[in-house]
Amino acid sequence: MNWESPAAFFAMGGYGFYVWGSFGVCALLMVVEPILARKRHKEAVRSLRRESLADSLEQT
Amino acid sequence: MSNVTNSILFKYATPQNFYPLAGKMIPWFWGVGALLFAVGLYISFFVAPTDFQQGEGYRIIFIHVPAAWMSMFIYLVMAMWAAIGLGLNTRLSSMMAQALAPTGAIMAFISLWTGAWWGKPMWGAWWVWDARLTSALILFFLYIGFIALQAAIDDPRRADKAGAILALVGSVNVPIIYFSVKWWNTLHQGASVSMTKAPTMATTMLWGMLIMALAFWAYAIAVALMRVRAIILEREAHTDWVKELPEVKQ
Repeated sequence: MNWESPAAFFAMGGYGFYVWGSFGVCALLMVVEPILARKRHKEAVRSLRRESLADSLEQT
Repeated sequence: MSNVTNSILFKYATPQNFYPLAGKMIPWFWGVGALLFAVGLYISFFVAPTDFQQGEGYRIIFIHVPAAWMSMFIYLVMAMWAAIGLGLNTRLSSMMAQALAPTGAIMAFISLWTGAWWGKPMWGAWWVWDARLTSALILFFLYIGFIALQAAIDDPRRADKAGAILALVGSVNVPIIYFSVKWWNTLHQGASVSMTKAPTMATTMLWGMLIMALAFWAYAIAVALMRVRAIILEREAHTDWVKELPEVKQ
């Protein structure tokens, strides 16, 4: 175990700003990217559903 | 190659068969990725010792190096898919290239960002124009160029071709990044892990970095598969098989 207290962990031996600035942005991007990919897929499905609904209305 | 593997390969080379397969694979890659991230982050912060020169600041390495590796590796995979699409005219390969580009761009960005935030406390500068940093920045621009070029051309098949040529020409940059610390005198340190020498770092640090690299790998595959499924639906919207999908048919 490297850390004596939670405060020491967050301070990162004085490098806290740089370490968390790196890990924070990395984590943020890796959370946002899958959300956007999921949204893009959902939108594609939604637009296909609209089209199929329009097709079925046309036939009746 | 046996006939069985051959026919399996061909079967999944079509968007129609790959779409459901990708859907089944995604949760597995997320699961494996989450596990690897948990172990990798634990090693990064709680097992790996303090560096005798850089103190705790060196811990940025655990995301910097995996992101940098992935940015180069994804580029090569993207260029390979683009080339296959260009040569064989296979739709799915071009869609794979298109799906990988944003993930590669994000990896390139993370490597530049974490590099800057590591450079500032250790070198005293967020950025220097040395060979390693400059070639890594060019890699990021190549990804952006690939995405922008494809977005600017309306006809998807023509966009695939133009993108493939850009991706192939740009792949020259990848070995330049990799060997830049050898070929030029750079402020950036040399490779800590190389194929020809024993690694020059503590074993636990090395393990942490390798497990984080595998975690990034699983992440990249999972998110690229999610994106390729969206791209398949967008580009195959006119086909019958898409209209027959259970999530589309109501």
